[in-house]
Amino acid sequence: MNAQRIAALLAALLASAPVAAQTIAITNVRILSMGRAGEVERGTLVIRDGRIAALGAGVATPANARVIDGKGGVVTPGFVLADGRMGLMDVSQVPLSVDRAQHNPSLSAAFDVSQGLNPDSAVIPVARLGGITRAILAPEYDDQGGRTLQFAGQAAAVDLGQRADMVMRPRVAMILELGENGAERAGGARGAALVELRATLADVRDYARRRAAYERGQTRDYRLSRADLEALVPVVEGRMPVIVSVDRASDIVEILALAREEKVKIILDGAAEGWRVADRIAQAGVPVILDARLDLPGSFEQLGARNDNAARLFAAGVTIAIKDGEGGSYRARELRYDTGHAVAHGLPYAAALAAITINPARMFGIDDRIGSLDIGKDADVVLWSGDPLEPLSQPGAVFVKGIEQPLTTRQTELRDRYLAKQPWGGTGAP
Amino acid sequence: MRHATILAALALAGCAAKPAPGPVTASSKPLPAGLDPSRDPGFPSRYVARPQTPVALVGATVLTGTGVEITAGTVLVREGRIEAVGAGLLVPAGYTKVDARGRWVTPGVIDAHSHLGVYAHPGVPANDDGNELTDPNTAQVWAEHSVWPQDPGFDTAREAGVTAMQILPGSGNLFGGRSVTLKNVPADTVQGMKFPGAPYGLKMACGENPKRVYGAKGRAPSTRMGNVAGYRAAWINAADYARKWDKWRAEGKGDPPKRDLQLDTLAGVLKGEILVQNHCYRADEMAIMIDIAREFGYKITAFHHATEAYKIAPLLAREGICVATWANWWGYKMEVYDAIEENAAMIERAGGCAVIHSDDGTLIQHLNQEAAVALSAGRRAGIRISEAEAVKWFTANPAKMLGIADRTGSIEPGKAADLVLWSANPFSIYALADRVWIDGATVYDRKDPTYRRHSDFLLGQPGQELPR
Repeated sequence: MNAQRIAALLAALLASAPVAAQTIAITNVRILSMGRAGEVERGTLVIRDGRIAALGAGVATPANARVIDGKGGVVTPGFVLADGRMGLMDVSQVPLSVDRAQHNPSLSAAFDVSQGLNPDSAVIPVARLGGITRAILAPEYDDQGGRTLQFAGQAAAVDLGQRADMVMRPRVAMILELGENGAERAGGARGAALVELRATLADVRDYARRRAAYERGQTRDYRLSRADLEALVPVVEGRMPVIVSVDRASDIVEILALAREEKVKIILDGAAEGWRVADRIAQAGVPVILDARLDLPGSFEQLGARNDNAARLFAAGVTIAIKDGEGGSYRARELRYDTGHAVAHGLPYAAALAAITINPARMFGIDDRIGSLDIGKDADVVLWSGDPLEPLSQPGAVFVKGIEQPLTTRQTELRDRYLAKQPWGGTGAP
Repeated sequence: MRHATILAALALAGCAAKPAPGPVTASSKPLPAGLDPSRDPGFPSRYVARPQTPVALVGATVLTGTGVEITAGTVLVREGRIEAVGAGLLVPAGYTKVDARGRWVTPGVIDAHSHLGVYAHPGVPANDDGNELTDPNTAQVWAEHSVWPQDPGFDTAREAGVTAMQILPGSGNLFGGRSVTLKNVPADTVQGMKFPGAPYGLKMACGENPKRVYGAKGRAPSTRMGNVAGYRAAWINAADYARKWDKWRAEGKGDPPKRDLQLDTLAGVLKGEILVQNHCYRADEMAIMIDIAREFGYKITAFHHATEAYKIAPLLAREGICVATWANWWGYKMEVYDAIEENAAMIERAGGCAVIHSDDGTLIQHLNQEAAVALSAGRRAGIRISEAEAVKWFTANPAKMLGIADRTGSIEPGKAADLVLWSANPFSIYALADRVWIDGATVYDRKDPTYRRHSDFLLGQPGQELPR
């Protein structure tokens, strides 16, 4: 980083400081708090020093506050994307601009995406205009090195306020893919992947008990590097959840059993056929991250994919988070539409909104800070012109930690440049 | 002007769908049909409209696809066609009344860019039939010869209101091959789905895909200039081929030219019988493609994807070239880095023909909502477009792009009764297709399990026990 860039960064930080210290009151709004205040039909939300200070119908506007008239709009917590990539890539087909996967054969579980993030990524403001203020950034597998990686690496919780220190909490989960792709990596069969997994967990436990012996070279050979073994210690100790990608009902049943026996905390990712074993998932207390629009048999492990997967899992008592569909987070702004789609297919509205706010926050242990509009929490707040799940609604203000974010993106700048070039300008008059 | 061109193309294609009479030549013996491009009967449509009875949709908000919104409207359907549409129409005796109060009616959704059937579900290599990546010019291949009518994606699309779509071969080649336009009816053969009389399209592709595919093989094209050289060489060959046939027909002397399927397709474009459907993202590349079209005397019907169309919206409007695009797709490669949500709205504002397309088995189920995203973004930018106008983006405009606008794509008397009854405003995320008609026959009814998924593939498979 050169001196100029550091100076610019400092200037930006200084500039943002007074904004964070501001008191802001958003009045005349419907508040969907997702927290203790529930729904407030018409009220005021107060942000002070970057946190939620008050909310409710009878809340007075503080004397020194900057007042934003919400004009009957809707206020929600900033959305939390449970499976994001923004900050890990610029253009996905330009490999050198992408840091979401690695194919170093001696590095698997230890790969940590919280190192090497780009808070200046043009992908971030686009997602933010979709109401997303936080994301769990998950690494992906890169199979060009010969499919030797058992784990893709570790995910990080970040805020999308585009600060240099965008990492909110590093190493919040381990990424493991089972099912067809996991089987392929393990040698071509599901059974092989599960054997490998058990053997790895046994190695990690052995290593954790015998670190001193390891230093002296007096342990048996482990299948993983020291860095990978270290990274997996929190997993075997039940402190770090493993996000396990699986779709087929039978694969879900297998991993639930394995997690119970090995006392490993898991979160299911995908679970296209989750609805078929919803009771068992609920019983295990395992949460699910899903793509609400997945309704096609894209593969043999997704034969039962259907539109009401989210609704059925919720009805069975499973905690769900909705993630964006295809698109590597370029299309993360569709998260709110994906969620609306789940509502159209039977998921109650409040449960749907929870699936992109408080539920993912809870899954990753960051609900003390975000996920709902509760007094004392970080002021991640979005003011919408109407129902946030409707395409015809737009955000009118976005706050991350109480700092108002620009409603511009590289794309809106392109738009404005070309609207200005054309004879009618940007006014809509021909 | 543009419309007239399409109608002329339609008339020609309409003839070609039936075994054509022999050409007028001085030759004593006509050639066998397969050896004479002008007599080839092809793979004719065997589509037959389902049985239907007169229907009256009463009380709906009707978005006609002609820019009109009718509140508390009635649509009368008889013999597979729209008989009348308007507010407060009397329903004659003998019509099955559908109470559509509180609901919306639009023309059937038409997807101008689909790979259903050619990249069929499940996406295993055996079903990967969309891209003949063996030569930069495969104008000789026809998508319909890859279409698997059992692709479950046809069913999910139908359940979302899609009544017709163009199936294109992939975008790895400069000339990918012929497209086919299908009616989205359950069928055992592709011929049973072929939209009668719809003209063929030629898939062309600009930019990164062909240069990547062939550059990686160490052969041309490996650059954009290589791409352009490839297009031009092909058109020169096609013009030469067409001239040889014309000459032989005029003179009736000597051996006829040897038929060449690749050049047949290209010559069909030069004659205006086959519509150019050009995958092309960047504004500068679209302008080059327009120059090539001028150079060889053909017309580009539509640019597909065209994420930078907003940069040259007035040019595209002036040329009468449709723009089929998304609202949300961007970023994954350099040529789509400048995509913006307002693309369709800016094309519309310039007086052009905007189309929202899918290129995807999931998005094809949400074209109405993708249009809502584009509309919303346009409004955010101060572009005033009504929902009655924006509904064209997934109905009338794709119909125009596919050369079938005289038959479908809008709710006007005489047109096919390809209709969707929506549970809510189709620009809402909560809107579901309650009922779908093709040629006046119900093909989907959300409340009636008779219209459950048709695909043979899912029979007896796990997870299919519950009706959807």
